[in-house]
Amino acid sequence: MIPSSYFIVLSIVLFFLGALGFLIKRDLITQFMSVEIMLNAANIAFIAFARSAGSLDGQIIVFFVITVAGAEAAIGLAIILLIFKQKKTIKTEDINLLKG
Amino acid sequence: MTEFFWLIPLFPLVSTAILALFGKHLPKKYVSFQACLAVFLSFVFGVISFIGLQNAEHGHAALSKTLFSWIHSGNFKADLTFQFDPLTAVMVLVVSLVGFLIHVYSIGYMSHDPGYKRFFTYMNLFTFSMLVLVMADNLILMFVGWEGVGLCSYLLIGFWFEKHSAAAAGKKAFIVNRIGDAGFLLGIMFILIHVGGTEFGTINQAVSGGILTPAVVTLIALLLFVGAAGKSAQIPLYVWLPDAMEGPTPVSALIHAATMVTAGVYMVARMNMLYTLSGTAGNVVAVVGALTAIFAATMALTQNDIKRVLAYSTISQLGYMFIGCGVGAYAAGIFHLYTHAFFKSLLFLAAGSVMHALSGELNMQKMGGLRKYLPRTYYPFLIGAIAISGIPFLSGFFSKDAILTQAFAQGNYFVWALGITGAVLTAFYMFRLIFLTFHGKERLEPEVKKHLHESPPVMTIPLAILAFFSIFAGYVGLPVVFGKNLDFFGKFLEPVIHAGHGHHLSIGTEWLLILISVGVAVLGVFIAYIFYLKKTEIPHNLVRRFPFVYKLLYNKYYIDEAYNAVIVNPLVRGSEAVYKHFDLKVIDGAINGSAATAGWMGKVLSTFQTGFLKDYALIFLLGAIILIGVVLF
Repeated sequence: MIPSSYFIVLSIVLFFLGALGFLIKRDLITQFMSVEIMLNAANIAFIAFARSAGSLDGQIIVFFVITVAGAEAAIGLAIILLIFKQKKTIKTEDINLLKG
Repeated sequence: MTEFFWLIPLFPLVSTAILALFGKHLPKKYVSFQACLAVFLSFVFGVISFIGLQNAEHGHAALSKTLFSWIHSGNFKADLTFQFDPLTAVMVLVVSLVGFLIHVYSIGYMSHDPGYKRFFTYMNLFTFSMLVLVMADNLILMFVGWEGVGLCSYLLIGFWFEKHSAAAAGKKAFIVNRIGDAGFLLGIMFILIHVGGTEFGTINQAVSGGILTPAVVTLIALLLFVGAAGKSAQIPLYVWLPDAMEGPTPVSALIHAATMVTAGVYMVARMNMLYTLSGTAGNVVAVVGALTAIFAATMALTQNDIKRVLAYSTISQLGYMFIGCGVGAYAAGIFHLYTHAFFKSLLFLAAGSVMHALSGELNMQKMGGLRKYLPRTYYPFLIGAIAISGIPFLSGFFSKDAILTQAFAQGNYFVWALGITGAVLTAFYMFRLIFLTFHGKERLEPEVKKHLHESPPVMTIPLAILAFFSIFAGYVGLPVVFGKNLDFFGKFLEPVIHAGHGHHLSIGTEWLLILISVGVAVLGVFIAYIFYLKKTEIPHNLVRRFPFVYKLLYNKYYIDEAYNAVIVNPLVRGSEAVYKHFDLKVIDGAINGSAATAGWMGKVLSTFQTGFLKDYALIFLLGAIILIGVVLF
């Protein structure tokens, strides 16, 4: 059997790849995909722990995460679309309405 | 039927409610009909209860009815309880009868006024409040009526509120009355503390049981008298009453002559056990009354405004009532209250009739010779003037004589002398008024003369009825010289008012006192006759010889100016200073300062908000890492 630590390492690597992608990419679509990667990294960690603990709880949470991620993707994409309609751009540098 | 006495104040209340809610949609005729009917019903029930009271066994004379328990809190208890004892009976009958006649008179007097319906609503509200005041069986409920009449007085003085002087007069009356009410309230609180209840019966028992120390009794009595002095326009709080003449004349007659202003006298008579026990308080009441009587009478001497003369005369007569109460002759004080209600409202209504005839002219110097144009006003007016002057066999003679005789009998010669001097002045200024208005040369403006007309019957018939009472009301309380047991009035009041120490004078002294008071009354009339009909140059010569005295009197001793300079202006200026320096700077400064601080801090902190998504994400990530680091290590 493959040891759990492999999955955890994979999860950490994926998570930081996602975070890195979010921080260095400039357009919202790519950043959004990075967030999805981070979510799925967390999912992998959940599954790995669930397997090693022999409990179903982790898997149930993963189902929730996937569901929420689906809903979030729909809303997120809609928001991006609306931003594009208004600003004709999805570059994050150009979107700074919250600047104090 | 007697057990329904508690309905007496409810008729005007119901009528007020209907008029206030639906008055706009009701026809004018119905409004006045209903208003008069309500007061008339109160009068009828008053008479029925009065008869029931007469038939009741002596000593069980008071009726009482608790409608509901109003305040119950710890030891403090105030019920909505009405009572009907002899003193209340007198007040209820006076208030409802005079009130009814004045309501009827108002139908004619106010007929052209746009505020017709509002007027009758207020008048009914006033009648209700006044009846509550006199029928309350505890001080708290009495205070409700007390404030109610004060409110109505304010509303009715400022009835023509678009006129600046009327609005100001209403305000003045209200504020001066507040000063008195502060004293009254303090008195009630002291009674609550020391007696534990405010029902008149409880207070009576506590006082006669000797629970209260003399100092406390004096303190309470004086505080209550402050309230009475405010409401009944005594020195030093009388200044509002002359200004109150800005209101419509029926209001002056009902509120500021016959009923409301006598509330103070009623209250002192109601609390007579306190004043009987405390010699100091009694003396203060008598001396203040006597000083007011003569002080106001001198101010009436030089006034040219017909209503103001009557206003000062009212203050002066209220002073006589307080003399009566102060020397322990409460029955005599109430007797004068009762006769005064008739002749003074008669005088006011007749003066209103003159004004009505002269298109609102108030200045007596522009009248004269009206006797032949206004006979139905003239004769009632004359009867009222004779009654108030103390000419024998009219009501005012008996009541004033009863007071002065008692003052003399108690050995209060100073008060008696002031009272006698006041009587000369009273006769003088009343007949000055009569002669200037109805006799002598006509000094009418041609424009006014064209519209000169006698008032309609709806106004003159109440005058005739009041004139009847002004003549005959005094015969219920004849002095002792006419027979031993003819003072029905005093005897009727005995269950409420303890007879006092009972100094009795010899019949010879009584006759002498009566002769003196008749003599001074005739003297006053005679001087007025000489001054204003025979040798009309005398007043002018006097004015020329004593310009200082004349000016002092004409300007009412500059009391209003003095009050303005000493009390009103410093207060106003002080308030302005506080507003400018404390309100605007300290209070507003603190509020604005805290808002500015919050704004400034927001500005500083907002520089952290770069608006760049990546900055937030980075900080978020670093934060998460630090948090995990803290948890793990």
